[in-house]
Amino acid sequence: MLKIRDLKAKVKSLDKQILNGVDFEVKKGEIHCIMGKNGSGKSTLGHIIMGNPDYEITDGQIYFENELINDLPTNERATKGIYLAFQNPIEIPGVTLANFFRYTTKKFYSEDIPYPKIRKQIVELLGKFGIPEDTMRRYLNEGFSGGERKRIEAMQVLVYKPKLAILDEIDSGLDIDGLKNVVKYINEYVEQNPDTSIIFITHYSRLLQYLSPNMVHVMINGKIVLSGDMSLAKEIDEKGYSWLEDSIKT
Amino acid sequence: MEDRSVLELREMAENYKYDFKDPYLYKEVFEKGLDEEKVIKISKIKGEPEWMTEFRVNAYRIFISKPMPTWGNTEILNKINFDDIHYYVRPEEDHKTSWDEVPEYIKKTFDRLGIPEAERKFLAGVTAQYESEVVYHSIREDLAKQGVIFTDMDTGLKEYPEIVRKYFGTVVPPEDNKFAALNSAVWSGGSFVYVPPNVKVSIPLQAYFRINAKNMGQFERTLIIAEEGSEVTYIEGCTAPVYSSHSLHSAVVEIIALPNSKVQYITIQNWSRDVYNLVTKRSVAYENAKVGWIDANIGSLLTMKYPSIYLLGEGARGEIISVAFAKTGQHQDAGSKIVLAAPNTSATVTSKSISVGSGRASYRGLVKVYKEAKNSKVNVQCDALLLDPESRTDTYPVIEVHQPNAAITHEATVSKISEQQLYYLMSRGLSPEEAKTLIIHGFIENFVKELPMEYAVEMNRLIALEMEGSVG
Ligand SMILES: Nc1ncnc2c1ncn2[C@@H]1O[C@H](COP(=O)(O)OP(=O)(O)O)[C@@H](O)[C@H]1O
Ligand SMILES: [Mg+2]
Repeated sequence: MLKIRDLKAKVKSLDKQILNGVDFEVKKGEIHCIMGKNGSGKSTLGHIIMGNPDYEITDGQIYFENELINDLPTNERATKGIYLAFQNPIEIPGVTLANFFRYTTKKFYSEDIPYPKIRKQIVELLGKFGIPEDTMRRYLNEGFSGGERKRIEAMQVLVYKPKLAILDEIDSGLDIDGLKNVVKYINEYVEQNPDTSIIFITHYSRLLQYLSPNMVHVMINGKIVLSGDMSLAKEIDEKGYSWLEDSIKT
Repeated sequence: MEDRSVLELREMAENYKYDFKDPYLYKEVFEKGLDEEKVIKISKIKGEPEWMTEFRVNAYRIFISKPMPTWGNTEILNKINFDDIHYYVRPEEDHKTSWDEVPEYIKKTFDRLGIPEAERKFLAGVTAQYESEVVYHSIREDLAKQGVIFTDMDTGLKEYPEIVRKYFGTVVPPEDNKFAALNSAVWSGGSFVYVPPNVKVSIPLQAYFRINAKNMGQFERTLIIAEEGSEVTYIEGCTAPVYSSHSLHSAVVEIIALPNSKVQYITIQNWSRDVYNLVTKRSVAYENAKVGWIDANIGSLLTMKYPSIYLLGEGARGEIISVAFAKTGQHQDAGSKIVLAAPNTSATVTSKSISVGSGRASYRGLVKVYKEAKNSKVNVQCDALLLDPESRTDTYPVIEVHQPNAAITHEATVSKISEQQLYYLMSRGLSPEEAKTLIIHGFIENFVKELPMEYAVEMNRLIALEMEGSVG
């Protein structure tokens, strides 16, 4: 599904190197977690997979379904089946959630399905994720609480049905019940669509207890320094990251 | 040129009657360029009453004596070559473009908007007739029963000379500006609407349905009179691009809203990209009358258009809602003029402009409050949306208040689309064009809501089309 080889990238405007050679692979139907402290480069990795114009790949390759996508426009990545739930969703004043979905769903649903039917599904999904229907009239992410943003970002996985969903810090800003609720529907979705691959990005393991990932990766200074199974996550939970940092230095 | 007496003019006109028998001279009227004799000939060919001939000649003299505007986009404006323009085209000879001459982008737009074949030919100027006669006739009969007059301006002048004479040129006198003077001298076509007292016209009068009535002319002249207590909505234009072989379009629209009447005038104009669209639109509203201009300007090379409302009677209200869409190479210089001259009058102006590429949109607004306008209120809101780094917008508001207790607000906003906003929308599958279209959709939603359903749908489709391929 996704294969990343020795990926190096920098912030365009600052000429600041952030990813220093990332290698990893996610197969069809697998669930991965990327952990790491704040500032280690996790979000940047997600954005580079999605094609954020703020960053520039200086070396390495990203393959999606065996196609090199380094230079593919973001919207084509999306329609090929990559979805990124933003850690910090962008506010777009003037664009209502209703208009937003009216436009985006056109890209993922057959023309034969009348929009009112799609809209009904979306309203139902929003409901499941704890978002009232009248939010459809509000402007995209403008003035939304942290929790609302996370719920709506996560819920869109169920709308666009991507092959690969990257969920960046879906747990931050959500209270524990909210988090349980979001994870419940994501897990339910994955059960029903077992080919979906998911990457959860988190800097803390609270989320992990609700998941059963195939692999856990630890990112430090723009590199994946260690990969393992759930036991790695447990270790980090107990010991933090510093023992890993120390082991890299030596 | 010294003023000639009316008598002399009359004499000249008499002589021209004979001249028309001379095929050479007759032909001359249709040649490029303009002079006083030609103005008289135009009037005579149309068989107009003498007062109109005099009106035209007087207007021509004003046109000659007035300098070009020194404001606005003078660089584009001064490229107009008045000697290289046909000022009168015999109706049966107009629209002689061949389909092959119609630019590709316009044909493509017809396709995408799903404009029927017969209409395409008309809109592109290939045919003069648009086969909606049947529809039009039944509407016309209903209207006639109510005493409503809805006809082209030339016919209006022939059949209802007293009404026309009473109001024509009273709202926009030829002295108003150079282009109003030019229109007054050489006008042809346009609509004449008269609504008798207390008649409420339930369907919008659509110039579109009676397209064959020459109303998309180069120098069209529209006059709408709403008698006391009457109501009428008039719609001109359509979303489809109008291809014209004439590069200068200078229309005048006059609205007289008598006490307690309501008039709404909706325009959707999408001229082809080489057209100068220089229009004078003005209305007067008497006691408790309400006038609304809803105005969308999409095409053209340069548009200069500032719909005006003069609130002359106590309690009169006005509303102007406009959208201008300027693409690369285009300048939409639009705005509004609100004059309050009576107590308890109020007006709102909402102006939205969108600039794409190097497109330029300007808002030019005047609010003038006379001492008489006690307890009056004006709210002006101008919002500009810039889609690209090269896009440009300017605002030139002028507020002149002679009544201290008037409440005037003017608010202007400029928004841009950031790269991260675009990226966010693209991450949900939208191309940059689609993402921008979505943003525009939200930006003009309040305007589109004002349009009749079918126009609203077309308007949204058109914006999407206009955005296609405009990004790059
Ligand atoms: N657009 C940007 N401009 C400047 N610095 C950035 C930008 N994006 C990321 N960085 C920097 O790169 C580092 C990694 O950031 P990020 O990928 O957000 O980390 P994480 O998601 O692991 O917390 C941080 O030091 C951050 O400040
Ligand atoms: Mg992050």
